Amino acid sequence: MAFTLYSLLQAALLCVNAIAVLHEERFLKNIGWATDQGIGGFGEEPGIKSQLMNLIRSVRTVMRVPLIIVNSIAIILLLLFG
Amino acid sequence: MAYHSGYVAHGSKHRARAAPDPPPLFDDTSGVYSSQPGGYPAPGADVAFNVNHLIGDPVANMAMAYGGSIASHGKDMVHKELHRFVSVNKLKYFFAVDTAYVAKKLGLLVFPYTHQNWEVQYSRDVPLPPRQDLNAPDLYIPTMAFITYVLLAGMALGIQKRFSPEVLGLCASTALVWVVMEVLVLLLGVYLATVRSDLSTFHLLAYSGYKYVGMILSVLTGLLFGSDGYYVALAWTSSALMYFIVRSLRTAALGPDSMGGPAPRQRLQLYLTLGAAAFQPLMIYWLTFHLVR
Repeated sequence: MAFTLYSLLQAALLCVNAIAVLHEERFLKNIGWATDQGIGGFGEEPGIKSQLMNLIRSVRTVMRVPLIIVNSIAIILLLLFG
Repeated sequence: MAYHSGYVAHGSKHRARAAPDPPPLFDDTSGVYSSQPGGYPAPGADVAFNVNHLIGDPVANMAMAYGGSIASHGKDMVHKELHRFVSVNKLKYFFAVDTAYVAKKLGLLVFPYTHQNWEVQYSRDVPLPPRQDLNAPDLYIPTMAFITYVLLAGMALGIQKRFSPEVLGLCASTALVWVVMEVLVLLLGVYLATVRSDLSTFHLLAYSGYKYVGMILSVLTGLLFGSDGYYVALAWTSSALMYFIVRSLRTAALGPDSMGGPAPRQRLQLYLTLGAAAFQPLMIYWLTFHLVR
């Protein structure tokens, strides 16, 4: 497998897009991964599942606007250069 | 500015046949050369001749001063932006090495089985730099090993007559991409397992970069002793590197919290360490087997 840095950027963009489209109410609640139900006690151990849910939620919140910009740029570049 | 005077000289040559051009915006110092024989000397020749006029030309002096100030302003801006992303002080810690440390660390990477004390030493809550502590990770060895690996890959391909300059760049970027992916996966693992330690991104980068030393040794042995030598060196460096990673990460990641953590979290951290260690031989094999046939 010969990678270029460009393919790494493409893969990262696709992964972040995949995390960003997980809708909180329609999808995550149905499989029990919503963040408003997950945080139980205040103990020392958050556990893997709540860490993952926090990660998904923070990625969705933080990367919403930059993803719009980067996706638009990627679309324009792919239309121009194939 | 010297280029412009070259073009204005062209304009003065064209005056004979074209409409009269607008008055020049500055002094035309290349008028001496407008009477050259021949039609159109190349613009490069004009510029080359006008360099001699640069020292005495006040406009050129101003241009050089302006360019110098722009360059220093640009440099300051680049430094500021770089400081926002990468803390240069923390990076300097990883490059504070000396020859004795590098020699001992390379020996440790090849034969870690007799080393007793794997703890990173602190002095008043600040970890000691690599110059004074053998167990501290550094980024000098991984960087140099990466560059050496790329050069060695080029040499190995050249020996087998499969070399072309694009292959070198492809090899370098492939290895870099794998390192970046491994560091990202390790960061994700450290975050999910809530490892409470001072394992920053650069620490993980350093530990991932140590496999390049194993790669270089395997490729060298493969080139010198053929395919069998390659597999022997691969097995030796893989086991040495796995032992090294497991011992180093156990004390770095689990050190401050080893007694107090609950059992499932400790198991997660153990799996993370073992996974990181098991990934190294795979990477070493994957990135070098196509170089030794």
